[in-house]
Amino acid sequence: MKITLRIWRQKNENAPGRFVDYPMDHVSEDMSFLEVLDQVNEKLITDNKEPIAFDHDCREGICGTCSMMIAGTAHGPDKGVTACQTHMRTFKDGDLITVEPWRAKAFPLIKDLVVDRSALDRIIQAGGFVNVNTGGTPDANALPIGKVDADIAMDAAACIGCGACVAACKNSSPMLFVSAKVGQLAHLPQGKVERYTRVLDMVEAMEREGFGGCTNTNSCEAVCPKEISASFIGALNREYFVATLKGRPQTSSASGSG
Amino acid sequence: MKLDARAPSGPLSQKWDKAKFDLKLVNPANKRKYKVLVVGTGLAGASAAASLAELGYEVSAFCFQDSPRRAHSIAAQGGINAAKNYQNDGDSVQRLFYDTIKGGDFRAREANVYRLAQVSTNIIDQCVAQGVPFAREYGGLLANRSFGGAQVSRTFYARGQTGQQLLLGAYSALSRQIGKGAVKMFPRTEMLDLVVVDGHAKGIITRNLVTGKIECHAGDAVILATGGYSNVYYLSTNAQGCNVTAIWRAYKKGALMANPCYTQIHPTCIPVTGDHQSKLTLMSESLRNDGRVWVPKKPGDKRPIAEIPESERDYYLERKYPSFGNLAPRDISSRSAKEACDAGLGVGPGGRGVYLDFADAIKRLGEDKIRERYGNLFQMYEKITGENAYKQPMRIYPALHYTMGGLWVDYHLMSNLPGLFVLGEANFSDHGANRLGASALMQGLADGYFVIPYTIGNYFATDKTPRPKIDHPEFKKAESEINERTKLFLSIKGKRTTSSFHSQLGHVMWDKCGMGRNEKGLLEALDQIPNIREEFWKNVNVTGEAEDFNQALERAGRVADFLEFGELLVRDALHRKESCGGHFREESQEADGEAKRDDENFSYVGAWQYKGKDATPELHKEALTYEEVKMSTRSYK
Amino acid sequence: MLLLNFFRSSIGLKIIMALTGLALFGFTVGHMAGNLQMFLAPEHINKYAAFLQGQKELLWMARIGLLVAVFLHIYAAVKLSALNAMARPVSYSDPAKSATRASVASRTMLLSGVVVMVFIVFHLLHFTGGFIQPDYFHYEDPAGRHDVYRMVFEGFKNPLISGFYIISVVLLGAHLSHGLMSMFRSLGLSSPAYRRQQELFANAFSALIVVGMAIVPFAVLIGLINPTY
Ligand SMILES: Cc1cc2nc3c(=O)[nH]c(=O)nc-3n(C[C@H](O)[C@H](O)[C@H](O)COP(=O)(O)OP(=O)(O)OC[C@H]3O[C@@H](n4cnc5c(N)ncnc54)[C@H](O)[C@@H]3O)c2cc1C
Ligand code: HEM
Ligand code: HEM
Ligand code: SF4
Ligand code: F3S
Ligand code: FES
Repeated sequence: MKITLRIWRQKNENAPGRFVDYPMDHVSEDMSFLEVLDQVNEKLITDNKEPIAFDHDCREGICGTCSMMIAGTAHGPDKGVTACQTHMRTFKDGDLITVEPWRAKAFPLIKDLVVDRSALDRIIQAGGFVNVNTGGTPDANALPIGKVDADIAMDAAACIGCGACVAACKNSSPMLFVSAKVGQLAHLPQGKVERYTRVLDMVEAMEREGFGGCTNTNSCEAVCPKEISASFIGALNREYFVATLKGRPQTSSASGSG
Repeated sequence: MKLDARAPSGPLSQKWDKAKFDLKLVNPANKRKYKVLVVGTGLAGASAAASLAELGYEVSAFCFQDSPRRAHSIAAQGGINAAKNYQNDGDSVQRLFYDTIKGGDFRAREANVYRLAQVSTNIIDQCVAQGVPFAREYGGLLANRSFGGAQVSRTFYARGQTGQQLLLGAYSALSRQIGKGAVKMFPRTEMLDLVVVDGHAKGIITRNLVTGKIECHAGDAVILATGGYSNVYYLSTNAQGCNVTAIWRAYKKGALMANPCYTQIHPTCIPVTGDHQSKLTLMSESLRNDGRVWVPKKPGDKRPIAEIPESERDYYLERKYPSFGNLAPRDISSRSAKEACDAGLGVGPGGRGVYLDFADAIKRLGEDKIRERYGNLFQMYEKITGENAYKQPMRIYPALHYTMGGLWVDYHLMSNLPGLFVLGEANFSDHGANRLGASALMQGLADGYFVIPYTIGNYFATDKTPRPKIDHPEFKKAESEINERTKLFLSIKGKRTTSSFHSQLGHVMWDKCGMGRNEKGLLEALDQIPNIREEFWKNVNVTGEAEDFNQALERAGRVADFLEFGELLVRDALHRKESCGGHFREESQEADGEAKRDDENFSYVGAWQYKGKDATPELHKEALTYEEVKMSTRSYK
Repeated sequence: MLLLNFFRSSIGLKIIMALTGLALFGFTVGHMAGNLQMFLAPEHINKYAAFLQGQKELLWMARIGLLVAVFLHIYAAVKLSALNAMARPVSYSDPAKSATRASVASRTMLLSGVVVMVFIVFHLLHFTGGFIQPDYFHYEDPAGRHDVYRMVFEGFKNPLISGFYIISVVLLGAHLSHGLMSMFRSLGLSSPAYRRQQELFANAFSALIVVGMAIVPFAVLIGLINPTY
C-alpha cells in the first residue's frame, strides 16, 4: 500500500520545528509502524540526509521506550498497544498519517520525536518503592496475599512508564502513571506500611515537574497501552486526602525523598 | 595464562558459606570511600547498584535507554526459577542445581551453579518484599508453573510479564537509592571503552547520547551488566539496542571472552514475514505447557489445518522425547523444528514454521482457562500476525534469544582483569552450553543482590590500587581513540546504511553459525565476515554530527563491534568440534541425530584473549571438573 | 505545611472543587424543586419565598456558605486551569483528537462555568435585587406577600430573558454532566465496581437539572403557565 507520513522534525528544543511529508510506496500490511519509520530512515540515509530520531527498544510493547502520536493518537489508533505494536493493517491505502512527539512542558523535546521523560523517573525516586534493603526479608509465603488484591496490584503494576497518559491528557497530567504505582503498592501488605508517606512524597514530586492536574477526562486510560483503569486515579485522590488528614509522621527518616 | 576460578575448597554445599566467611570485609565507615561504576541497569545491574549503595558504596550507574526501567530484562515473560519447593513436588537446591548443570550440558562451573541454586530462594523473598506482584493462589500463597527442562513446578511468574515485574522491583530499589543521592544515575549514556590502569579496571569512557559529549568516569571497580549479544545475528528476540560493545571493549582491553559460541535459540517465536522485519517476537515458552507441537507428516501438505487428520500429524516432540514431550529443553525443541522444516514439513509462508496447537487444551480446560493463562500472549500473536490462535494453531519458529557466552569470570564474578566484575547475561558463568528457561532472571538477580555485595568488598579489602584521576594518560588515550573513531565514522560518507551491513552479517551468522554448524560453513563465515567489515569501514554512511543526539552514530558503533565480535564467535564455534547444548556441530552427532558431546577433549571453558588488531586471538582453557555430579549424556527421552 | 501543600497541589484543588461543587449542586437541586412550584397555584411559591425570607439568620448563613463555596470553587478552577494551560506550551496539530476521550463538556468546563457565573450574577440582579426588570419586582399577591410568581411569569414572557435562562441552564447541565462524574473520582469515591452507576448518576442528574430548570421559562414562553392578571 501507499501512505504518506507527515512527521515532526526539530533539531533540538530551541530550534524551530516543522512537519515534513514522506511519501512511501511499498508498505506491506505486515509491517509494524516502526518498521516503516526504519524504511524512511534507510532512504534518508541513502540520500545523505539525517534520519528521523525516535525512541524505541524492545519493539514488543513492554519497555515503554517508543513514544509518539500516530495519526493524532498517542501510540496510534489501536487500543491497548504501543507504537511499536501498531501494524500497518490498521491503516488504509492512501492514508496521510501525522506523527508528532509527546507534547508536555514536563517532557522537554530532545530531537524530532524524542522527548525527555525523566520526570516520571523522579516521581518514582521520590517514593515509588517499598523501603527494604537487600537481604533479611521474610519468607515469600509468610504473608499471604489474596488473589484478588494480588490481581489488582498486578493490573496497576503493568504500567510501562511510557508517558502516553501524559501525552493524551488535555492537561498533561501524569495521574494515571502515579496512581498505578500508588495503587499497586497500596494493595500489597508490603506496601501498605508506608502508603501515606509514599503518596505525599510522590504527589509532591509530581507537582514539582510542571505537569498539569487531572480533571478526570479519561483520555489517559483510552490510550494506555496496558489499559490501566482511570479508577486508580480515584484511589490515589483518596490516599492523598487521607494522608493529608493524617499528616506526616514526626520521624522523617523513613522517606526516600531526602 | 592460568585461569584461576577461585572456587573455595570443601564440599559443594558448603562452598558459598565458606567463601562468605573467608571473604574480607570493608569497614562500614570506609565503604563510602569506594566508588563503583555499574554499567547496565537490567536485573543484574540495577540489583547490584541498589545493593551496593545500600551498603554505603558510592555508585554511579549507566544505561543507554532513557530510563533504567527499560533495560531488556523487562521483556522476559515466562518466569523465574527458585528451589522453594512450595509445591511439595520434590524440588530442592540440589535438584535445581542438577537440572541447571544438566541443562547446560555439563559445561558450567559446578560451584557457581550450586551457589545460584542456593540463593534462588532468597531472590523470591526479596522480590516479594519489594512489592513484586507474583501470581498467587486463592489462598494467598504463591503460585508456580512448570517450565522446559524440569519435572518440578518451580517457576514463579507475574502473568506474562515476570521480567518486567522483577525489573521494576530492582528499578524501585535503585530509584530509592537515586532519590537518596546514593546512586548517581546516567541514563542515555553509552559506555564506549574500559580504562585499565596498571592492570586494574579503574574507569570507563562514555558518550552522553543526548549531547554527544565524551565523558570519563574513574572508579575503584567497574561492573559490567550489559546483557547479551544475540543481536550479532541481526534478527533476534532482543531489544534493538542490545549490543556487545561494552564487553567487546573490555575484551580488547584484556578481559577474556568465554564460550562466545554458546548461543541459545528459542523454539517459540513468531516466524519471519519479510525483509522489512526488524526483530523477532518471542512468545513465552510456558505456552508449551498446554500447546502441542506438530507438523504434517506429508511434505508440502497444503491442506487447511482442519482437514489434516490426527493420523497425518507428527507430534514430533512427544514422539521423540516421550518423558518430556513438548517441554523438551530449548535447544532440542529448536533443532527438531529446524529438522522438520529442512525436511520440507514446515508450515506457513516460506515453510519456516511449525504448529503449536491449543485445540486439545481448549477442549480439556475450556477457552477461558487458556485465556486466563496465556491471554496476553494470544493477543500479542494476533496483533502481529492477524490470526486468532484460539481458532487455529499458532505458527512458531526458533529465533536467537539468549547468549550463554560472555566475559570470563571467576567464582567472585571478577574477570581476569582485577576490578572488573561482570554480572548477568554479560558473563559466561552459570548456564554452560545451554540455559534452562526461567534461569536467566534468577542468575541476574542472584549476581546483583546476593553475590557481588560480598565479593566486591573482598576486592577492595585485599587490593589497594588507588583510584586514578580522570586526567590520567590512560583516560586521555582512550578518549582520543574514541574521538578518532567517531570522526572516522562521520567522514566515510559511503553508499550503504549501517543496517544493511548488520543484516548482511546476521545472515551469515544465522546460516553458518546458527542452529546447526559445520566446519565448512564456519570457515566460509570466517572468510566472509572480515570482508563485510572491510566494506563497512569503506562504504558505510553515518549521517549527522558527533556532538548531537545521533542515533545513526550510536548504531554504527554497535554494528562495528558486532562485525568484529561475530568473527570471534565463529572462531570459537569452529574450534569446538563437539556438539553441546546450544552449540550443535553437525559432524558430532549420534546415529539418531542427537548431539554428541566430547567430554574427553572439550570439557573446558574456552576463553579467548585479544592479541591485537590483526592477530589471531589466543585460546585459554579452564578445565571443568565435577566433584558432585557425574557427567552423563543429556537425555530427555 | 501539609495543608498548605494540599491547597497548592492539583489534587487538593480538585478536592476543594469537588466539595464546593457538591454544595452548589445540592443547592441547585433544592432550588429547582422550589422553582417547580411555578406549576402550582401562585400562593405556593409565594408562601415558600416568604418563608425563606422570614428566616433571616438562616438565609444569610446559607448565602454566606454559598458565597464561600462559589469563591473557593472559582478560585480552584482558575488556579487549576492556569496550571493546566501552562503544562503544554506547544500544542498538537489536532488537540481535540489527541485528547482521545475527553468529552466536549469536559473540555469546556471553564467556559460553561464562566457562563453559569455570569448567569448567576444576572439572575441575582434580576430576581433577588430587582434591577433588571424593576417593574415586575414590586407586585404583591393578595396575601400581601412579594408576588414571586408574577415576577417570574412576567419576566419570562420576554423571550430574550427566558432564552438566556434556557441557554445558561443547558450549559450548567453540561458542566454538571462532567462535573458530577468527576466529583466522585476527585473525592476518591470511584471504584471500578460503581463506575457505570456513577456515570449514570451524573448524566441523569445533569439532565434532570436542565429539564427541571429550563421547563419554567419554556412553559411561560409556550403559554403553559398562563395566569390572568
Ligand atoms: C524476549 C525474552 C524473554 C525472556 N524470558 C525469560 C524468562 O522468562 N525467564 C528468564 O529467566 N529469562 C528470560 N529471558 C532472558 C533474560 O531476560 C535476560 O537474560 C536477562 O534479563 C538479562 O539481564 P541483564 O541484567 O544481564 O541484562 P539486560 O537486562 O539486557 O540489561 C542490560 C543493561 O545494560 C545496558 N547497556 C548495554 N550496553 C551498554 C553500553 N554499551 N553502555 C551503557 N549501558 C549499556 C542497558 O542499558 C541495560 O540497562 C528472556 C529474554 C528475552 C529476550
Ligand atoms: C430557570 C429557572 C430559575 C428560576 C425560575 C429561578 C428563580 C429564582 C427566584 C425567583 C429567586 C429569588 C427568590 C427570592 O428572592 O425570594 C432566585 C434566587 C436565586 N437563584 Fe434562581 N432561578 C432559576 C435558576 C437558577 C439557577 C440555574 C441558579 C444557579 C445555579 C440559580 C441561583 C439562584 C441564586 C443563587 C439565588 C439567590 C438566593 C438567595 O436569595 O440567596 N437560579 N431564583
Ligand atoms: C452553580 C454553579 C456550579 C456548580 C453546581 C458547579 C459544579 C461543579 C462540579 C460538581 C464540579 C466537579 C468537581 C470535580 O471535578 O471533582 C465542577 C468542576 C468545575 N467547575 Fe463548577 N460548578 C458551578 C459553577 C462554576 C463556575 C461559576 C465555574 C467558573 C468559574 C466553574 C468551573 C468549574 C471548573 C473549571 C471545574 C473543574 C473542571 C473539571 O472537573 O473538569 N463552576 N463544578
Ligand atoms: S499508565 Fe499507561 S500510559 Fe501511563 S505511563 Fe503507564 S503504561 Fe504508559
Ligand atoms: S486524561 Fe488527564 S484529566 Fe485525568 S483522567 Fe486522565 S489524567
Ligand atoms: S519499543 Fe518497547 S514498548 Fe515500544
